Amino acid sequence: MSISTKTPVEINFELSCPTPLPVRDTILLGHGSGGKLSAELVRDIFLPAFQNPMLARLDDQAVVNVNGQRLAMTTDSFVVKPLFFPGGDIGSLAVHGTVNDLAMGGATPLFLSAAFIIEEGFSVDELRRVVNSLRQAAGEACVYVVTGDTKVVEKGKGDGLFINTTGIGLVPEGVDLSADRARPGDKVILSGSIGDHGIAILAQREGLEFETQIQSDSAALHTLVAAMLGVGSGIRCMRDPTRGGVSSTLNEIAERSRVGIEILESSLPIHEQVRGACELLGLDPLYVANEGKLIAIVAPEAADAVLQAARRHPLGAEAQIIGTVKEENSGLVTMRTPLGTTRVVDMLAGDQLPRIC
Amino acid sequence: MKYLDEYRDHRIARALAAEIVQSTTQPWVLMEICGGQTHTIMRYGIDELLPRGIELVHGPGCPVCVTPLETVDKAIALALQPDVILVSYGDMLRVPGSHSDLFRAKAQGADVRIAYSPMEAVKIARANPDRKVVFLAIGFETTAPANAMAAWQAKREGLSNFSLLVSHVLVPPAIRALMVSQTNRVQGFIAPGHVCTVMGCKEYESLVRDFRVPIVVGGFEPVDILEAVLMLVRQLEAGEARLENQYVRSVSYQGNVSAQEIMAEVFEIADQKWRGIGPIPQSGLRLREEYAAYDADRVFDLGEMTVDEPAECISAQVLQGLKKPTDCPAFGMRCTPENPLGAPMVSTEGACAAYYHYRRHAVAK
Repeated sequence: MSISTKTPVEINFELSCPTPLPVRDTILLGHGSGGKLSAELVRDIFLPAFQNPMLARLDDQAVVNVNGQRLAMTTDSFVVKPLFFPGGDIGSLAVHGTVNDLAMGGATPLFLSAAFIIEEGFSVDELRRVVNSLRQAAGEACVYVVTGDTKVVEKGKGDGLFINTTGIGLVPEGVDLSADRARPGDKVILSGSIGDHGIAILAQREGLEFETQIQSDSAALHTLVAAMLGVGSGIRCMRDPTRGGVSSTLNEIAERSRVGIEILESSLPIHEQVRGACELLGLDPLYVANEGKLIAIVAPEAADAVLQAARRHPLGAEAQIIGTVKEENSGLVTMRTPLGTTRVVDMLAGDQLPRIC
Repeated sequence: MKYLDEYRDHRIARALAAEIVQSTTQPWVLMEICGGQTHTIMRYGIDELLPRGIELVHGPGCPVCVTPLETVDKAIALALQPDVILVSYGDMLRVPGSHSDLFRAKAQGADVRIAYSPMEAVKIARANPDRKVVFLAIGFETTAPANAMAAWQAKREGLSNFSLLVSHVLVPPAIRALMVSQTNRVQGFIAPGHVCTVMGCKEYESLVRDFRVPIVVGGFEPVDILEAVLMLVRQLEAGEARLENQYVRSVSYQGNVSAQEIMAEVFEIADQKWRGIGPIPQSGLRLREEYAAYDADRVFDLGEMTVDEPAECISAQVLQGLKKPTDCPAFGMRCTPENPLGAPMVSTEGACAAYYHYRRHAVAK
């Protein structure tokens, strides 16, 4: 097949470009991706409606004062598909996600609620498996499920099973973690490899096979947090990089603290298979979800002790210092590439889309 | 990771960059055709490593960017038909049509599904005999063999509910069009390695001969790009115009003959409109008459689409390498990945998205 034209033809290059689309009037999937669209919804719809100083902190959990006790409270809904995946399922995830949101505020998780939205026709056997898994995960995390709710929606009106969990915990004396506390000079600690959860889910969903199965990193992080907090007061902020990945979490911290964050590409722990899958699918591991990792912003003098404490814990064995907080480039996350050049690590606009070729 | 880390090795990259500096005595304008290469250049900051005289301009090789607005509008119209399942590569979903995009159509209830391979669309058609499954078959020579395979397989199985909405573009006629254009500044091309993996280097020989322009078939990693630049600079400095292959680990002279055969069996060459550039004769593919029953354009009566493209964005000049994305007044202000004015801001292979995503000079947020 030959595809060149023999006679060169002068092309009349016409100017054409698309009209801007009207302002968003419908919810798109991207609004739930944890990136810029999600942030827009929170800023434009939710914050103005519920305005109060506890919400305004926009941390993973609210910390409220009740009779002199600092109570941490958070809620999260789980709509993962498939319900069962290598390394976990929607039941264990519903515990880990909420426990971790409490733990990122330094709180000791105590109680959970669990609400089940079930689609008509769903298998009771699968529900039992999910509930057992949720019970086991709660037991391991030493939290009690103390209240719950069940709703059944018509066939076709739900995707099998959705779970919402709300968590309550207590913040110990002297602990004050928040995304607005990062200061120039602070170190950025990442507790382990990135992208495992997102790629495990995607591989399962798309039927992608690898030499060894990629496992989700889904885990409860509160004991790792306690171990890291145990070495002193140098930790300013902790976040778990779930939806939107490490990039979204770092961007939020940079914006909230009005600082720049510079990370080093070569220091990012990424498992070989996750890297391979990301290369294949055209995804950037910095934007892929994690469910058992945390990012800690730590004062420079405390960084080494906190890093060592993390590494002594099984969930932090691969912990690394991945970057530094800077005064310049306020609100931006930048990355030193292996070639020694620097680029911006932007927040995700919508869902990360697989590349065409 | 083998075949990856060695091509991202900073020592090799820096040594190549130093050699480019040494070899360059005057300014040269080079174009990398493929958006994947543009992406690598921006991601690794390769332009920062080059001497000031070497200007890299970005070519039209972003399949999503050059897919005509009519095709996007047709895909949206088809997706909104209640009995249709529209299957597409993920990148296409956010590309703005005249009034909507496929994500919005999906939000309105259209059954739009993302696939990694057109064969998945065939599978969906097999599993849904009462629905009409349309695959949005776009792209360069890279995606054409798999898209052809889907039509071939559907025909072999006698699937009557499967069709392709085709918008296929070819690289060599686009290079020819750029070279004969009055406004052309490009003095050497990095040809797209993936396209050449399918089609071979052979197609580029006549371009080198007709226009006395050096062409180097290049890969997609930083070391690939730098080596291809070095090969071009050496030719230009020596006053030569040859076809060279940098991407030897993937590209042969003949290319993938089986892939070319299935393309030739299913598709024929046709005139094609490129979004942002305009019509280029004999620069696209359409389904052959024998495959008319699998051609969504012929199966569905969509009529003539009138499209609406007034000018704010400068994608036409960007896609021809006449302007950089940052030359656009809308860049980063009114045009961002979450609110794109033009397709090059959507795709990861689009030059504007690459500039925005990896911008090293912070733009207004």
